[in-house]
Amino acid sequence: MSAIHLIIAEHDGTHFKKSSLSALAAAQKIPGACHGLVLGKNIKSMADAFAKHVPQVHMAEHDGLEHRLAQPYAKVIADVAKSIGATHVWAAATAAGKDVMPRVAVRLDAGMASDIQAVIDDKTYKRPMWAGDITGTVQLHSPVQVITVRPTEFAPVETQVQGQVSAVKADPGVNNTRFIGFEAVKSERPELADATIVVSGGRGCKSPEGFKQLIEPLADQLRAAIGASRAVCDAGWVPNDWQVGQTGKVVAPKLYIAVGISGAIQHVAGMKGSKVIVAINKDPEAPIFQVADYGLVGDVFTIVPELVQRLKAL
Amino acid sequence: MKILVTVKRVTDYEAKLQIDSSGTGVKLDGVNMIANPFDEIAVEEALRLVEKHGGEVCVLSIGSGEATTQLRAAMAMGADRGILIKAADKLDGVSISKIITQIAQEEKPDILLMGKQSIDDDSQQIAQMVAERLGFGQATQANKVVIEGEWAMVVREADGGLETLSVKLPCVITSDLRLNEPRYASLPGIMKAKKKPLDERELASLGLDLKASLSILKLELPPKKQAGEILPDVATLVSKLREVEKVI
Ligand SMILES: Cc1cc2nc3c(=O)[nH]c(=O)nc-3n(C[C@H](O)[C@H](O)[C@H](O)COP(=O)(O)OP(=O)(O)OC[C@H]3O[C@@H](n4cnc5c(N)ncnc54)[C@H](O)[C@@H]3O)c2cc1C
Ligand SMILES: Nc1ncnc2c1ncn2[C@@H]1O[C@H](COP(=O)(O)O)[C@@H](O)[C@H]1O
Repeated sequence: MSAIHLIIAEHDGTHFKKSSLSALAAAQKIPGACHGLVLGKNIKSMADAFAKHVPQVHMAEHDGLEHRLAQPYAKVIADVAKSIGATHVWAAATAAGKDVMPRVAVRLDAGMASDIQAVIDDKTYKRPMWAGDITGTVQLHSPVQVITVRPTEFAPVETQVQGQVSAVKADPGVNNTRFIGFEAVKSERPELADATIVVSGGRGCKSPEGFKQLIEPLADQLRAAIGASRAVCDAGWVPNDWQVGQTGKVVAPKLYIAVGISGAIQHVAGMKGSKVIVAINKDPEAPIFQVADYGLVGDVFTIVPELVQRLKAL
Repeated sequence: MKILVTVKRVTDYEAKLQIDSSGTGVKLDGVNMIANPFDEIAVEEALRLVEKHGGEVCVLSIGSGEATTQLRAAMAMGADRGILIKAADKLDGVSISKIITQIAQEEKPDILLMGKQSIDDDSQQIAQMVAERLGFGQATQANKVVIEGEWAMVVREADGGLETLSVKLPCVITSDLRLNEPRYASLPGIMKAKKKPLDERELASLGLDLKASLSILKLELPPKKQAGEILPDVATLVSKLREVEKVI
């Protein structure tokens, strides 16, 4: 029996997220039919856009789906999955995907593999465990499976199709949650998860001023996104949303520059997939040098300004 | 107000781990075990809420008998009592969610406080599964929790910023890193904890029909990356990035 995939297209109200195309890429590793699902209010344009990559897109519009709340979203996703006889339900392992999909699994009586990094066959996956210190191969035994996908491990699907969009009747059911507000981290810079270059600062930057003075000019010069270690987020120097690591964001840019970061495994878990890693640290024994491709040993307050000057001169 | 907090016994985040001979588990001899850090944060939050609104904090763990250590530690912080569901084998997330659900149905807490993620399985699924089974609303990755009558106002660490939700009680809340800083247990707290009730029950006594929906076929250490090159100066770095790697 061939698989029937349902891929959730996450969106921000105007665009669906590129990470949803990574979820699609993972689904396509298992032969079968692909369906997309877009939920929300006023979502036609996003459904149309997603249908450029998926042959059949279901559009669940309802006032009760205006805000992405786990309880009503899970019900509608599960209802659609049942109506098409889905065998595999996929989403990107973003904060939103992680919030909703386990509830979908319960509704479908499904087993769930979280944050997978590889598809072995139609029920077997690899996933990072213990902060990526260990890779687990896991198998699901349920007739229906729910899977969230680590976006950095699957290149977004680029091939285009002429898919169809069809509206489905959505019933959000009981909702015990109200959306009150969202305070976005404003930034002119690229999004951390999608950036081709990331510059991250750690406690070695010494203070919020030090962080600003070192990291911003370097990021500006490289048109990079800014990341940070947990120590820096906990100290309130930068928004929590910038934390890279096991319990923060996972990034895999072309170039990752770690400035004054020791390289604890919880941090490394979030950036070791980067193509080229540069570490700048005064301690030659710092574990970050074990994962870096290139290292500079010395004071970030002299090295980083010089680096910015030399980049400017190129 | 009654708060039920889940506490998982996990390997220390600083431990160097090795795969055991079965190939599906890690060697635990000589490895320090701790309470999952997110669960400690959940315990702290529960204590603060009860200090403010009155009530009781009950801690729950599922696992080997040794998890009593982590439950006693939570009681030394101030939790009132503990429940240990003794299970010999490692259970999958769905099974754990069924067990927690059953205990929640018996205990009827106003809030079920859990960690956003266990630092060994890293699966971030059990709390949401429990919420769905109970038909509760949820607020995951909490950064701030305020109780307002029948509702909990929760600020969550969402993608791209902070989201505020109001969730009707009873509900499930999961703790993120910056929700609070857990207190240390005091000496009198540790002494008192020894006398607090700890109800140890065998998994079989719950009468649940648990069938694993996920099994671990294999654990492996990822290939070790070769340590990179230490460069003499900034100029060399710039030329490597430009000419060799072509990333700038
Ligand atoms: C449950 C849990 C989850 C966690 N999740 C994460 C996570 O997601 N992400 C994360 O990052 N961490 C996480 N951590 C924390 C992690 O273990 C480390 O504590 C943290 O990454 C350290 O941050 P840091 O490297 O900035 O600070 P430090 O470890 O203090 O390192 C600072 C570094 O800067 C160097 N330095 C100092 N001054 C200078 C200078 N003038 N010039 C050059 N170098 C200098 C020092 O040599 C040192 O190596 C987690 C921890 C736990 C327990
Ligand atoms: N064996 C267990 N005993 C008690 N609580 C658990 C257990 N396993 C998971 N949990 C709870 O579920 C949360 C999320 O775990 P996970 O979904 O595995 O990332 C943890 O932070 C714990 O609060």
